[in-house]
Amino acid sequence: MAKHETPLLDQLESGPWPSFVSDLKQEAESRAKNEKGIEYQIPQDVCEDILGVLELSYKHGRTHWKHGGIVGVFGYGGGVIGRYCDQPKMFPGVAHFHTMRVNQPAGKFYTTDYLKKICDLWEFRGSGVTNMHGSTGDIILLGTTTPQLEEIFHELTHNMDQDLGGSGSNLRTPADCIGAARCEYACYDTQALCYDLTQEYQDELHRPAFPYKFKFKFDGCPNCCVASIARSDMSFIGTWRDNIRIDQETVKAYIGGEIAPNAGAHSGRDWGAFDIQKEVNDLCPTGCMYMDGDKLVIDDKECTRCMHCINVMPQALRIGEDRGLSILVGAKAPILDGAQMGSLLVPFIKVEEPYDEIKEVIEAIWDWWMEEGKNRERLGELIKRQGFQKLLEATNIKAIPQHVQEPRHNPYIFWKEDEVEGGWDRDINKFRKDHLR
Amino acid sequence: MDRDEAKKAIVETLEKKAKTKSKFYLKDFYKMVPDEKPRAVKNIVNEMVGEGTLEYWSSGSTTMIGLAGTGKQAAAEDED
Repeated sequence: MAKHETPLLDQLESGPWPSFVSDLKQEAESRAKNEKGIEYQIPQDVCEDILGVLELSYKHGRTHWKHGGIVGVFGYGGGVIGRYCDQPKMFPGVAHFHTMRVNQPAGKFYTTDYLKKICDLWEFRGSGVTNMHGSTGDIILLGTTTPQLEEIFHELTHNMDQDLGGSGSNLRTPADCIGAARCEYACYDTQALCYDLTQEYQDELHRPAFPYKFKFKFDGCPNCCVASIARSDMSFIGTWRDNIRIDQETVKAYIGGEIAPNAGAHSGRDWGAFDIQKEVNDLCPTGCMYMDGDKLVIDDKECTRCMHCINVMPQALRIGEDRGLSILVGAKAPILDGAQMGSLLVPFIKVEEPYDEIKEVIEAIWDWWMEEGKNRERLGELIKRQGFQKLLEATNIKAIPQHVQEPRHNPYIFWKEDEVEGGWDRDINKFRKDHLR
Repeated sequence: MDRDEAKKAIVETLEKKAKTKSKFYLKDFYKMVPDEKPRAVKNIVNEMVGEGTLEYWSSGSTTMIGLAGTGKQAAAEDED
């Protein structure tokens, strides 16, 4: 019989979807049976108590967790988040229930051997409950006690070649898409850049350096599978400067129905014959595509790299060959002022080792934010408070038309006196000769 | 101000404020060492944590820093 009655949680299992309640019950049962004979280092009934405290929270309509604390591993100021239950006598198994964030492998490539190892470690020294993955991208290990932290850290770093991720006012664990490893759309090697910057900024990742959190995310192409444009303070999105490569013969094969559009992704239903005009040309956001007889024409200078045509006809259309990335800054989730998408800062930059040009932009932004940012102010909020122009000054980037989202919408770039011939002073009498009051 | 003087200034300021406040944002430390750039102050503060003079307190989203062992949280957390 279960340790705690959980009628409210049981209801969550009744829907058609997989339920975390069922998962917790399964883990609770597995720990109770302990068929592998594991010497559990934290209470064996920890999962029973998670269910119990959660049931109580549902009953009361408020949380029974307290979060935050001084727990951590030596030398690190992030990666461990203290968590305590405010009913330790009722639920002793989760009285101390700290979270550990583990820096996930780039692109989230795993071997089954690695996954087994991390699960075994977490069964042994933690609750066995994980979150694959947290919003930032880390592997989240949920629930352990303070004495286990150093042991887990040692095991991760010495035997599994793994490191803790970022938390608090640190650089958060950088996250990237699978990139050039598997994807033909990748405009740069996301994993190489993600790895390089992770290594370069180890100090910022492990020790608090900033007014608040700071996130890097890397998308290999504008499909933005990692959603870096919405989820990171600094987003690196692959793009190209030249033309989309068109294979006219294959375009004809799509039109003739020889190749399934969208790589067959929507084949679960009969959508009728493929209509290039309706499904591609008319959906182009800038209207830069048309058919000239049976030839597809793209006016590339108008293309905004939305990727739609390439996604629909991946065998016929390919990304250009002069590739690099765009840098966008200031995205965040809503706490202050609502959610914000990233603003374009650098339209195109080549991605070449040792990435010095990219690092220059990063460090200039950090210096400005560390100096000017208020406590708990995200970069996007600072940009909004002081203006995009200040960011341009801090990064020494000249204002260009791409910085303006649309005419008259965000005219935050102003002329300065020294940029205007003659400055602000003028001879009013001379002016009045031509312009009557 | 050299490194040791900066550390001394930080400890003095924190001790002075200990009765009313035990945890500080990193930015608060910039004012305690006005001659140094934020990045240099960050390095000094992190070094002091390594030496055991200061300690981090993290809510998970934000990190605060205080003198080791001070504040209500250390006792309330029931953790050594």
